[in-house]
Order: sequence, then C-alpha cells, then structure tokens
Amino acid sequence: MNQEKRKLKKGISRRDFLKGLGSGALGTAMSTHLIKPASADLERQEGNLPLLPKKNISFVLNGKQISVEVEPGESLLNLLREKLHLTGTKRICDHGSCGGCTVLINDQAVYSCLYPAFKVDGKNVLTIEGLAQGEKLHPVQQAFIDHDAYQCGFCTPGFIMATLALLRQKESPSLEEIKAGLNGNICRCGNQLKILAAVKALASIKGGQP
Amino acid sequence: MRKFSLVQPENLKELVAFLAKADGQRVILAGGTDLFSLLKDEILNPEIIVDLSRLKELFGLRQEKEALRIGALTTISELASSPIVQKNFFGLKQAAQSIGSPQLRNVGTVGGNLCQRPRCWYFRDPLFQCRKKGGSRCFALNGRNKYHAIFGGGICNIVHPSDLAPSLISLEAKIKIASKDGEKEMLLADFFTLPSVSLRQENKLQPNEVLTEVIVPKPSSHLKSTYVKFTERGSWDFALVSVAAAAEVQGDILKKPKFVLGGVAPIPWRLTVFEQMIEGKKIDEKMAAAAALEALKEARPLSENAYKVDLASVLLTRATMSLLSR
Ligand SMILES: Cc1cc2nc3c(=O)[nH]c(=O)nc-3n(C[C@H](O)[C@H](O)[C@H](O)COP(=O)(O)OP(=O)(O)OC[C@H]3O[C@@H](n4cnc5c(N)ncnc54)[C@H](O)[C@@H]3O)c2cc1C
Repeated sequence: MNQEKRKLKKGISRRDFLKGLGSGALGTAMSTHLIKPASADLERQEGNLPLLPKKNISFVLNGKQISVEVEPGESLLNLLREKLHLTGTKRICDHGSCGGCTVLINDQAVYSCLYPAFKVDGKNVLTIEGLAQGEKLHPVQQAFIDHDAYQCGFCTPGFIMATLALLRQKESPSLEEIKAGLNGNICRCGNQLKILAAVKALASIKGGQP
Repeated sequence: MRKFSLVQPENLKELVAFLAKADGQRVILAGGTDLFSLLKDEILNPEIIVDLSRLKELFGLRQEKEALRIGALTTISELASSPIVQKNFFGLKQAAQSIGSPQLRNVGTVGGNLCQRPRCWYFRDPLFQCRKKGGSRCFALNGRNKYHAIFGGGICNIVHPSDLAPSLISLEAKIKIASKDGEKEMLLADFFTLPSVSLRQENKLQPNEVLTEVIVPKPSSHLKSTYVKFTERGSWDFALVSVAAAAEVQGDILKKPKFVLGGVAPIPWRLTVFEQMIEGKKIDEKMAAAAALEALKEARPLSENAYKVDLASVLLTRATMSLLSR
C-alpha cells in the first residue's frame, strides 16, 4: 500500500495536523501536547523507566497498516501464526536453524522465530501471504511451481521469501551468490537442485519484477 | 510463553541509569537471535527485557583517524559489507561473512555476537543442570564431548562460539563498556574469562554494564589478516575450529603475528607459542606445519575431540600460508 492510502487508513497524521496549523498555533500545540514535562525526562534520566507488560505496535503487514498488542517475549512468528492467523510462515525448528519461518522486514530476510514481535513497530513486514495478487502468483512462486521445486512443501514459503530477498538485493545473482543467499534455508526432502533451478531461471530474467 | 516486562530506554544515559538501579533479573536484548532461543528454552529466566533498539548512538561504523569504531548494534551484515572492513580488515570480513546465514547476519549484532552464550548441548538443554547453570558437574567431561574444548577447559568445557571475537582479537581490537560511573575501554582479549575465573559467565561484563563499541586500531600498511574456519557442514554452522591470523607481512616473513583460535576453548585462544616460533623467520609450509604441531602439544583433548588438534594444526598452517600469499 502506498503512503497516501496508509495515511487515509490511519486518519490524519501528526505531521499533517501540525502542517495544517499556523505557526503561532503550532507553538501552542507544541507546548501543550508534544513536549513532555521536563520532570518526566528527568525521571527517565534517573533510570525510572516504565516496565511494560505489553506493548501496542503498528506496522505494515503485506501492504496493510495494522495495530496489535504484543508481549515482550513474543516472537514475530508467534504473532503471525497464533494471533493474526497467517499460517503460511512455518514453525519448524523455532530456533533459527531451518529457515522455514523466513519473512522480509524492510526488504531483508529474517527468521521470524527469533525476531521479537515488538520490534516490528513502525516497520514493513512481508510474508508469503503478501505475494500473490488475487489469483495471479508472484513470479517467484510461479518459478517454484514451474521447476517442481518442492516435495512436501513445508520449507517452500521460507525458501520463496529468502529468494525474494536475494533478488531484491541483486537482480541477477551468480550461482555462488544464489547458494550463499539461500544457505539459511534447509529442504529436508532433498530438493535443493530443483530449487536452485527455479532461482537460476529467475535470476536470468532481466528486469524481472522481484 | 513466559511473561516478561519490557524496558525501552531512549538513549545511553537512560539505559545505564536504569541498569544501575533496577533490581530484579534483567537481560539486554540486541538482535535477539541468541537471546530468544535462551528465553524459549528457559535457560535464562529474567524478569525484564531491556531493549537497546532505540539507542541511536550504538548503530553503525565510523572511520576515525586512528581507528575504526563499530557501534555495538551494527549488524553483522553491515560489518561484512562495509567497504572499510573489506579494504583494511579482510580477515574480519571473512569472519563476519562466515557467520550463520543471511537471515542471522541481517539481525544479529556485533555486540550480541561477542556476548552470545555458549552452544554446549548440555548448557542449552533445560534438562541438564550443569555447572554453568549452577549445578555441580560438567556433563561433557565424561559425556558426549565432540564439540568441546581442547584448551582451558576442566571444570567446564564449553567453547566460545563467536567468529568475530578471534578475528577482532587478532586485530588488537578494544571494546568500550558503559555504566552509570562512565565509560571504560579494554582490550577485547582481556574481556573474556575462563570458567576457572567466572563459571556462570564468559566475560567480565557486570550487570550494570553494557558493551557500546568495538574499536579496531588503524592497520599498519603491511598488515594482512585472514580467517580460516572449518565447519561440519559446508555452510551455516559454528566453527569446529577456526584460526584468525593477522601480521605485518614482509616477503616470506611475518612480523608481530597474532594467531587466535576459535572453537577450541571457553574463550578465544591466543596461541603465543606458535607466534613466537614463526615470528621474523623465513616461513614455508613445512616449517609452519612443524611449528603448529609443536604449539598444539599443550592441548588437552577430551575423549571424543582429539580430531580438533589435527584440525587446528592444518588450519594454523593454512592461515599462515594464506597471510604470506596475500
Ligand atoms: C542457527 C545459528 C547459527 C549461528 N552460527 C553462528 C556462527 O557461525 N558464528 C557465530 O559467531 N555466531 C553464530 N550464531 C550466533 C549469532 O551470531 C548470534 O546469535 C548473534 O551474533 C547474536 O547477536 P544478537 O544481536 O542477536 O544478540 P542477542 O541475542 O540480542 O544477545 C545475545 C547475548 O548478548 C547479550 N548482549 C547483546 N548485546 C549486548 C551489549 N551491547 N552489551 C551487553 N550485552 C549484550 C544479550 O544479553 C544476550 O545474552 C548462530 C546463531 C544461530 C541461531
């Protein structure tokens, strides 16, 4: 979703609000609403920081702005699967050793099982559910189908997200770069060669969409 | 899921003030790639998670006249792709690049990599109450110890898992530690502690302290560095043995060589005996191999890890020859 739509969804942003005010009024607004009282800052500098049992976060998930409450020890994977019911991101090892839970945060591949959910506040998260447009598959998804690049399919969402991150970083990676870019994902069915074939095909698509 | 409280200081001042006064068990969170595993398995049971992510002052690399300054929250990906690192500290680049997978390097931080906890399977298994967790024995000593220490073990036989640490020590890096009392610097080599000194933790960091920066001194014009890592799998694995080496190379002579081994001891293991044997002499492969064998005579392997001695010997030789050829 683009900036404009996001703003509409959230309602008027603080910046718009400030922009809409004359500079005189801005001064008043600042002093009454935006500047924390000096004593609060002082309190914080003395180390009196609030202990939060929960945290409200908002972030862009697959193009939509969402707000949700999370717990400090909650992983992004847990948030996605258990609270938001996006079960395309797989929980396999839950310890950063398999790649099944790979998602993109601000375009970078990460393991959602080890990523604190509260830290996606203000960020942009893309999961496997965010790739297809209606019935039209994303080119990376299509390539995996065309090359029969899966067997049981459990590792596939993670592989597809890692592939997408790789291709967003570099349109036409070399074979070595593909291997290095995907070495954080494991296929236990042993289908690596077909996965490699799919990604190689994508890599040679010049100016392709990913 | 266990319940924790979250604390989010906005800057270093707030952080160290909080660390100075807070009671209750708390733990610092950087990328979380190690911490979240430890929390899930209840190896660590803090009450409070202290999130560093708002401390802008801890992010990124800064090249200064006499040193490269690396903020503790710099990610391993950023470190590996930094042009300064690639140009001046090839070994550090290799070490960073060898860590885990892209997903881990994108999130894991330099500070977190140095402070990460050991991977000993008894330590990581909630069912084993080993010495490191306050129990009364080291299960590896008479148990399965293929991945354990050949130097510096004894009462606890973990190996330090960090790839950055040996490399940074070979480059004579310092670290900066902050607390409410101010900041202090120490050599990274002096940061790590053996189990005989502190059984429950692997370094000197106090509960009221935070690691803020790594400082790598400007290299002399002849300085070359390398990192040779051997893993059981081809990729995405901790070192069975690794060798970080740095020296001033002049023809086939190494001056001020520093050789630091990873994967062999509870701390990054400097092999000064080896350094002394090769320093200033004309080196060829045979000579390096003989020196490596001699230097490794101090190793005390356990029942299942004598292979690490052979591995270390080969990697020491390779690292030496690689310095000379670069
Ligand atoms: C599957 C897997 C494979 C891996 N392979 C490798 C490998 O090959 N080589 C390697 O070196 N590492 C490897 N790692 C470890 C990984 O590099 C570390 O998890 C990562 O560097 C830790 O950084 P982090 O920012 O995520 O730390 P966190 O998980 O946030 O923290 C780790 C520890 O350090 C403490 N800490 C963090 N930052 C600070 C600070 N600034 N001051 C004081 N204390 C701090 C935390 O309290 C915690 O105890 C691997 C990890 C996994 C899960």
